[in-house]
Amino acid sequence: MNSIIIDAMAFTLPLFIISIGGIFCEGSGVINLALEGLLGMGAFFGGLIAAMLTAQFVDSQSTLVYITLFAAMVGGAFFAMLLALMALKLKANQVISGVVINMLAVALTSFLTNQLNITLFGESSNKFLLFVFPKITVPFISSIPIVGAFFTDVYGFEFVIVAVALFMAYILYKTPFGMRLRACGDNPHAVAAAGGNVLRIRFIAVLISGAMAGLGGMCFAYSISTNFSPSIFVGYGYLAIAAYIFGNWKISNTLLACLIFGFARSIGYFFIQKIGLPSSYSDLVLTFPYIITLLLLLFFSKSTRAPRNLGEVYDKGKR
Amino acid sequence: MLKKQNFFKRAYAGFCGPGKHQMLRVSLFCLLLSLLGGAILLLLLGKDPIAAYRSILQGAGVLPKAKYPGRKSQVTDFLNLLDYTVPMIFASLSVAVALKCGLFNICVSGTMIFSGFLATILVGYSDITPIVAKFLVIIIGIGAGALVGATVGYLKYKYNMNEVVVAIMFNYIISYVVSFFINTKYADPVTRQSVEINQNARLTLVDVEMFGLRMNITTVFILALIAVFVIKFILDKTKFGFELKAVGANQRASRYFGIQVGNTIVKTMIISGALAGLAGVTFYLGCYASIQPRVLPALGFDAIAVALLGNMTPIGCFFASILIMIFDSGTAYLSSRLGVLREIAALITSILLVFSASSGFFRMIANRYTLELADNGGKNE
Repeated sequence: MNSIIIDAMAFTLPLFIISIGGIFCEGSGVINLALEGLLGMGAFFGGLIAAMLTAQFVDSQSTLVYITLFAAMVGGAFFAMLLALMALKLKANQVISGVVINMLAVALTSFLTNQLNITLFGESSNKFLLFVFPKITVPFISSIPIVGAFFTDVYGFEFVIVAVALFMAYILYKTPFGMRLRACGDNPHAVAAAGGNVLRIRFIAVLISGAMAGLGGMCFAYSISTNFSPSIFVGYGYLAIAAYIFGNWKISNTLLACLIFGFARSIGYFFIQKIGLPSSYSDLVLTFPYIITLLLLLFFSKSTRAPRNLGEVYDKGKR
Repeated sequence: MLKKQNFFKRAYAGFCGPGKHQMLRVSLFCLLLSLLGGAILLLLLGKDPIAAYRSILQGAGVLPKAKYPGRKSQVTDFLNLLDYTVPMIFASLSVAVALKCGLFNICVSGTMIFSGFLATILVGYSDITPIVAKFLVIIIGIGAGALVGATVGYLKYKYNMNEVVVAIMFNYIISYVVSFFINTKYADPVTRQSVEINQNARLTLVDVEMFGLRMNITTVFILALIAVFVIKFILDKTKFGFELKAVGANQRASRYFGIQVGNTIVKTMIISGALAGLAGVTFYLGCYASIQPRVLPALGFDAIAVALLGNMTPIGCFFASILIMIFDSGTAYLSSRLGVLREIAALITSILLVFSASSGFFRMIANRYTLELADNGGKNE
């Protein structure tokens, strides 16, 4: 029972932070299908930093892992600039830009991982090895039944994610900037009339989504495989998109959606282990989050309310 | 200084400016830019870009290689190129038709696996006479693909579900379920892929001995050509094609005009799905004879690039497919000749994709320059 909760939270929280990035981006009116590519690119930067600094940080691994998280955020934000360039400056179709960026990210990371491994470290390998992220068990609370499982064997990054998520929710709902950002998604011309710079707000929103996706991607790299390799592109970014669509572009509802995905996955794995089915059945379990997404969308798509100006190119002269 | 700037502007406006075949010229410009980007990348790696591009052409059978192993020649390389191009033509047509209707069909990969898997288990392991078997494979491909397309279209129309998200979910569900069946029932213990299909069902004739050469001949290239012209006919000459494009241009306007938007969306997705299904059977029962579990074919995603590069026109898709597949099939020779990583081809393709996706911007700039130049020209005189 405890293992279900521990696994589920390690999957839910990275997905949640990626979704928050998506909410920022789409809340400002820019469709972001590039989350998948951004999370991979962020994890790539984090992995690269980890590989380069491993020698210096042999004794202080726990410092290095947090540095890599930060590097992943910077890397994700940096790569998100390409999306901002295409969607805001070049006025390309935002859906197509997103998919294109995903493909570029896959090609770029697999090329660079191989090439940098050869040129920097002199070995041919398609991955960067990472340290195991330190796990924390909170004393006292962890001994409470069921609730305690949420505080047992928690990856350190989960606390980082919770802190960042709270901070982001504060920015989005309680600050003038957050209000303007949400207004950009519904009625950019009203923001412009009130003296806001729509393109700048959208640019910042895209960068934030890149940083959040990078953070989440790095956490996935730590929790799932403890290395960075291009096999990180398995569709978690798309799952995050489904999560915030189902969550109606609201942070609290999105957390619920992410929890459903996380628990569907870990309960499925748990049962396969329990019944003792052969490992090929894990393929079926892996479809659970996707099938649940489809079913949820089936029931909730009619009532969803996307930001009204989502996907429209901002044109000052158009009213 | 001003004069120099003017020269660049004039050259650019002349090349990409408004007029006949502007779309084609902008596409060529994007291609040129990405080749240039690839060349810079190759230079950074310390390789000669011209030699690299030449060896890509040689590997694809467009230029002759220095020497060939026994019973191989430029002809066999070129036939291989055609063989690999066929699925790409179908896949890019599938993307293009959907895009014309304003739909983004990213489900091509999943559809390909679905149709390929169905055709493999229904026909691939049986002993039907070759002609009937090949015919059945094609029919199954069309049917299975149309089924997936219709489902996506119906969900979009009836439940207002975002077709991109639905399609992506379908990709993963299909991929995992098929991989489950392959791993439990049809796996080859040596290759870890599905068991190879019998030759009678394969759409490519493998190792045909002719003129002292041993070649792989695709039987469906003609079908791909026919598909190109049928789609062109549907888009340009029929009422349905007009409705399709109208819905793509402006849904609300076409609803006021009396077009049944939902109906058109579903029909378009059926056509698009059927084409993706054809891509699947020609890929998994033509170029290859088995299915690799848990892997979504990259071809389904590259097809998006091809469709964009081909400006979403059937003829454009045809030529763009050949171009991209030259890159794809020439890479092995390139990496063996110059010692470059294989991934570089995918990288150049995706750079091309970034430029093609922004082609609207290039067009806009060219139009603006043309206007500016026209104004300036008036002042000077």
